Amino acid sequence: MAVLDILTYPDPRLKQVSAPVTDFDEALRAFVADLEETMRAGPGGVGIAAPQVGEFRRIVIVDVSAKPKTPNHGRLVLVNPEILEWDGMVKGREGCLSVPDFTGNVIRAARIRLRAQDEHGEAREYEMEGYEARAVQHEIDHLDGLLFLDRLVSKRHDLFRRKVYAK
Amino acid sequence: MTKQAKWYMLTLVGKDRPGIVAHVTAALYEAGANLGETAMMRLGGNFTIMMMVQFPGSRRELEQAIATETDSLDLTVHIDPIEAHLHAHHEPDVRITVYGADRAGIVARVTGVLAEAGLDILDLESDVAGTAEAPIYVMQIEGRAREGIPALASALEIVRAEGVDAHLEPVETLVG
Repeated sequence: MAVLDILTYPDPRLKQVSAPVTDFDEALRAFVADLEETMRAGPGGVGIAAPQVGEFRRIVIVDVSAKPKTPNHGRLVLVNPEILEWDGMVKGREGCLSVPDFTGNVIRAARIRLRAQDEHGEAREYEMEGYEARAVQHEIDHLDGLLFLDRLVSKRHDLFRRKVYAK
Repeated sequence: MTKQAKWYMLTLVGKDRPGIVAHVTAALYEAGANLGETAMMRLGGNFTIMMMVQFPGSRRELEQAIATETDSLDLTVHIDPIEAHLHAHHEPDVRITVYGADRAGIVARVTGVLAEAGLDILDLESDVAGTAEAPIYVMQIEGRAREGIPALASALEIVRAEGVDAHLEPVETLVG
């Protein structure tokens, strides 16, 4: 296993669209292991996408289970992920291993339904919400050459109010 | 831009009109200056600029470099030498919103109790809204809760009891 080098913006490769995975072999699983080690080596990283390490294949890993009181599916390896349904909108702050020393507000769907394969090629479906859903949307954007910088909204105004106000 | 070039905080204030930012920043660029972090905004009918400027000359020379623009745009200029400390952002972990009927002393009262409860303010913006007859005050703060978010929540209870609406939410930054 190895910690891989992370591409950082303005590297133009981060804007590249990644190709679907077709071969679910040992080489893929070895890469997934390296990708996960790279994610866990980063400061506070809860997700990573293959193009962030210069592999332009549709693979992301998300694991928000270390965050207290956050609904999650544990460690998720999502190959060829596809969001089937979006519901609700929430503003939240994001940063990125590929964009050091900058964070900003981004609107994401509050809940998503997702189809993906695991590292053995098995098809799976997930329903997720909140922080985990945000992480998955952030990572899938990388597969399409999008950074959270492409989705920044005003830090000043809440475009979408939360349903419940904690008084 | 040489590494020796000094950093200044350049503050400009004047009546708002079109083209202030474009004219001033063009003059700075032509004078060999480089911009760092900046904040520029309209406050009432005024336009205000605060910007970090890296410039190879003295404070006086920097003032001279933009004098044509600041004179013609009637901008008040203030320049301080600073240390830059770029690439070391502090991330907020809490966002606080305060609003209510406008009255003197809201900012002092709210920030006073929050400071005592361990808030470091990173960003504060406030507005006077409503009408001239019935103004309301809206303030948004992003900061770091040095003594935890519950301490700040307790502090806000104090101002709420005094008739100011205030709420707080944790800012959880996702790094992916």
